[in-house]
Amino acid sequence: MLAGLQRGARERAVWRRAGLTTNYAVAFAVKAVDVDVVAVYPITPQTTIVEKIAEFIHGGELRAELIHVESEHSALSAAVGAAATGARTFTATSSQGLELMHEVLHIASGLRLPIVMAVPTRALSAPISIHNDYSDIMNARDAGWAILIASTAQEAYDTVIQAYRIAEHPDVQLPVMVAYDGYLMSHTLEPVELYREEHVREFVPRRGRRNVLDVRSPITLGAFATPDNYYEFKYQQEAALRNVEGVLREVEADFAARFGASYGPLEAYRLEDADYALVTYGGAATGNARVAVDMARERGIRVGLLRIRLYRPFPSAPIITALAGVKAFAVIDRAIAYGSPAPGPLYKDVAAALYMEGLTVPGISVVHGIGQRAMYVEDFYGVIKMLAEGASTDKVLFLGLRE
Amino acid sequence: MEVEARFHGRGGQGAVTAVQLLASAAIAEGRYAQAFPEFGPERRGAPVRAYLRISDRYIFRRDPVREPSAVAVLDPGLVLVEDVLAGLRPGGIAVINTRSGEVAAKVKDSRPDVDVHVVDAEAIAMEVLGRPVVNTAVLGAFIKATGIVSPESVRRIIEDSFPGRLAELNWRAVEMAMGSVKRL
Repeated sequence: MLAGLQRGARERAVWRRAGLTTNYAVAFAVKAVDVDVVAVYPITPQTTIVEKIAEFIHGGELRAELIHVESEHSALSAAVGAAATGARTFTATSSQGLELMHEVLHIASGLRLPIVMAVPTRALSAPISIHNDYSDIMNARDAGWAILIASTAQEAYDTVIQAYRIAEHPDVQLPVMVAYDGYLMSHTLEPVELYREEHVREFVPRRGRRNVLDVRSPITLGAFATPDNYYEFKYQQEAALRNVEGVLREVEADFAARFGASYGPLEAYRLEDADYALVTYGGAATGNARVAVDMARERGIRVGLLRIRLYRPFPSAPIITALAGVKAFAVIDRAIAYGSPAPGPLYKDVAAALYMEGLTVPGISVVHGIGQRAMYVEDFYGVIKMLAEGASTDKVLFLGLRE
Repeated sequence: MEVEARFHGRGGQGAVTAVQLLASAAIAEGRYAQAFPEFGPERRGAPVRAYLRISDRYIFRRDPVREPSAVAVLDPGLVLVEDVLAGLRPGGIAVINTRSGEVAAKVKDSRPDVDVHVVDAEAIAMEVLGRPVVNTAVLGAFIKATGIVSPESVRRIIEDSFPGRLAELNWRAVEMAMGSVKRL
């Protein structure tokens, strides 16, 4: 899979291969990029990330300030303060914690602060669920943060490292969320190749940022904006977020040269000659869909998989290219956009992107894995068969729901 | 897939740690593995399932194991309250922690087509660790019954995972269980 040059780079860069949960892999990435400040409040399934970071700090492996706060609102507020002084800052949360941060999400992006936050995703109350779905991240999708969704522990590790380069890029200067399946990834142990930290630090060098709080050179951040200038701030913020796709490609080219891996804004699997496509995000939906695609291919159904990795900004152009040639597609969403034209949040984005291009490819909005309702490979195979048989005219499918 | 296993335990018995140690041992051998828990409410005493996959190739699927090739039961009481052998493939391996011939016979009678192994993991844990944390003893019986990872890899992972004396004691529990597990 890797080109020869890239394989050589990877061999030089890898320090060791270990069995790690995605949460621990993220903690190792945070250590490798040498963050200065970690502000946290515990919430499952996020907690083991910051437990591991606390161990690193306690053991002298990471020199960072760990700030314990009394809520997630304060955790992100502390991260805002730290990032405003130019510190490299990390935080993490899930579910209700991300909801409680919501107000500050907009402040972090509006102030153009390159905070990186890991979000092992989790369902929202009520009723209380500690289990996985993507309701939390979907509620935060229009808060001006870049959002990347990883599908393996290795990718989460790689993405946190890349996220600092993207967030701190002069054309971006925005916070980045790195999301992945709570429990189904956060607590799943799998192989991860960790890199030599000196290689990671060369990849994510510290360049002095402009416009930071410094007593020797005072500036004002986040001042009152009148109707005469607020709009321009917000337009610049939108333009900067739209730079992320190009910056991601640039950052990944360098990452591939140094570490022999790259993912892109989206990943296509067996799509070249496909009649049908499944569109997914996250670990469990993508992994199971991929196995289902192989099963269907063995039975002569030409189907492929499109996995969305960059969710905000939405990579419309490559998605349109990937789906323009298929007869039908299904988007598997792990959250419900209550009362929307379609229940799937990603489905709505895909449909809008196709419509803006003047395309009317038939699509189904599939909801699955709500509150971690088990998702089996066979469920995804069933969706492929439905697409291939073209028998159903349903545009919406709540998969795995008890009747 | 070389193995797809399901471990049944109760919160606090270490079922999740057991599958993580096994997956880590397989990964240390240069293979691919996946270990993940299925929690109900997070509390001591609640039934917990943990899943393990080991393969020589990258593992993409991330669904719960419905048709395991091996099952391990950390708490003999669970045999009476749930179908711990559900979906176990014909010729599959079951490793049960029990000192009761009655429980062992019940398991064997319910599925004559599977290979049942019993170990008194609680006695080993009480003797070695002084606490009824049976996971490493069951793990020892499991690797003896399945041969899925080498004892040497397990020993190294235990040394990496537990501090000093605890590593030594847990490895002793593994060895004792390997020596005393019985095939019915």
